[in-house]
Amino acid sequence: MPRADFQVVIGLEVHAQLLTSTKLFSGASTSFGGDPNAHTSIVCLGLPGVLPVLNQRAVELALSAGHALECTIAERSEWSRKHYFYPDLPKGYQITQYEFPICLGGRVVFDGPEGEKTVRLTRIHMEEDAGKLVHQGAVSLVDLNRAGTPLLEIVSEPELRSADDAVEYLKALRDVLVWVGVNDGNLEEGSFRCDANVSVMRHGATTFGTRCELKNLNSFRFIKQAIEIEASRQVELLEGGGKVEQETRLFDPQRGETRSMRSKEDAHDYRYFPDPDLPPLLLSKARIEQARQALPELPRARRRRYVEALGLPPYDAGVLTADRAMSELFERCLAEVGEAKPVSNWFMGELSRLLNETKTSVAEVKFTPTQFAAVLRAVKDGVVSGPGAKELFAELFATGKDPHAIIAEKGLAQVNDDGPLLEAIAQAMAEAPKNVESYRNGNTKIVGAFVGAVMKKLGGKGNPRRINELLVEKLKA
Amino acid sequence: MKLTEQQVRHVARLARLALSPEELVTYREQLSAVLDAVDALAQVDTTGVVPTSVVGASTPHLRADVPHGEVGVKVALANAPQVDGTSFAIPRVIE
Repeated sequence: MPRADFQVVIGLEVHAQLLTSTKLFSGASTSFGGDPNAHTSIVCLGLPGVLPVLNQRAVELALSAGHALECTIAERSEWSRKHYFYPDLPKGYQITQYEFPICLGGRVVFDGPEGEKTVRLTRIHMEEDAGKLVHQGAVSLVDLNRAGTPLLEIVSEPELRSADDAVEYLKALRDVLVWVGVNDGNLEEGSFRCDANVSVMRHGATTFGTRCELKNLNSFRFIKQAIEIEASRQVELLEGGGKVEQETRLFDPQRGETRSMRSKEDAHDYRYFPDPDLPPLLLSKARIEQARQALPELPRARRRRYVEALGLPPYDAGVLTADRAMSELFERCLAEVGEAKPVSNWFMGELSRLLNETKTSVAEVKFTPTQFAAVLRAVKDGVVSGPGAKELFAELFATGKDPHAIIAEKGLAQVNDDGPLLEAIAQAMAEAPKNVESYRNGNTKIVGAFVGAVMKKLGGKGNPRRINELLVEKLKA
Repeated sequence: MKLTEQQVRHVARLARLALSPEELVTYREQLSAVLDAVDALAQVDTTGVVPTSVVGASTPHLRADVPHGEVGVKVALANAPQVDGTSFAIPRVIE
């Protein structure tokens, strides 16, 4: 950890893969896996004379992300070539947005340890990914399946002040991108990647220190570790009278250190210039506005609405909005039932349990919101008992059959008629005269034992509330 | 405008070209001449003109997000000097 008189300053660059079926400038598939080079076209192979054609879906997704993060969308953005030689980049340049990105500004809101925080974004631009290299003995193996995959690069202002905040920022950003269907949020498969610019400055200083860019941060745990380790390194360096060199450093989780990646001699000179193969991307005001209108309610706003308008506990609101599909199903069920808390209870309890136990995704759920509402109505109307309702719901979850049919089939209907209830009560009292006496001598707690006995006689189907009422009446008599 | 030797060496390095001292002299002359020729454009008064990166810019043609045009590994690797499985095999590089 950095010493007390130093402040760490962090800016993050996130590369998020856009959820398209094909690449940014070619029709080759973006699907993960497959034999190396199976998903390549003449464009992603960088063959001479080929021309890039922009993927419409990638533009739509970038627009959604920009709106969701409250950016200003540019009516005109441009494509540039960023030149460098490396075998993962067959054409010798990467197509990226440089001077004129599609989104400017914007912000990410997250909950830090000290409450809600907002970090501003500098920009978001679109670019193509490079291929993958595997080093094996004397050779490096080149796989261009990923080459040309559309990415969003989301650049924050250097406004983060701790490794913990950096992680919370990233989680909140990922939540938004996944929620609007722009990115799958998978760090392990590399579809959500992060580089961190880290510097340190003395408290009260007015200028930032020299920053280092950290790479190879492919889990939230590594991101936190790497930032803390790098900040400590810089503080030690400065305290020892040294100077921080601006450079790219690789995080090595095994050794718990960051180390320099590129020598000074190789300082980058990308020679950006506008790509003559690609006209600027023009978006009309109407098109931009249309994308904004199409944006779904975002998780933070929904969470707030659940607490403020629906009166749900913040914990419930958090669980119900952790996943978009779950939240949408909740919305639809709520529309049928009308009352939030019981729906929330079923979602957080039985539904979550069944989804976990059967490893089912929300998308695979068999019941309709109308059927769900029928279960809750059956409970409310006393048609089924509490345990009966659980059984009913489990069967509905498994089969998607009509709840009323399940009640009939499984004999789950609760006995509400006084006749059979009184009969069972009379039997139970006759079988335990001592307990009756005990009750009449003031041991009113023993009524619980009677309820159990009566329920047993009714095969668990008696209405417990009514049994209790009738029992007390009879016992007092 | 004459490029410095240092600039020529830098550009050569970026292009991964190893130049002999004689070549360095030759290319310094040639590159400088190319820049001089282009420099003639600087005589045009472009005050108030937005930099033009593309001529005849219009809304670009956008492609539907439908897979097409994969060439398959056999074609993809057809020109590879060396192959390992379905990967291009190249002399080991370390960044």
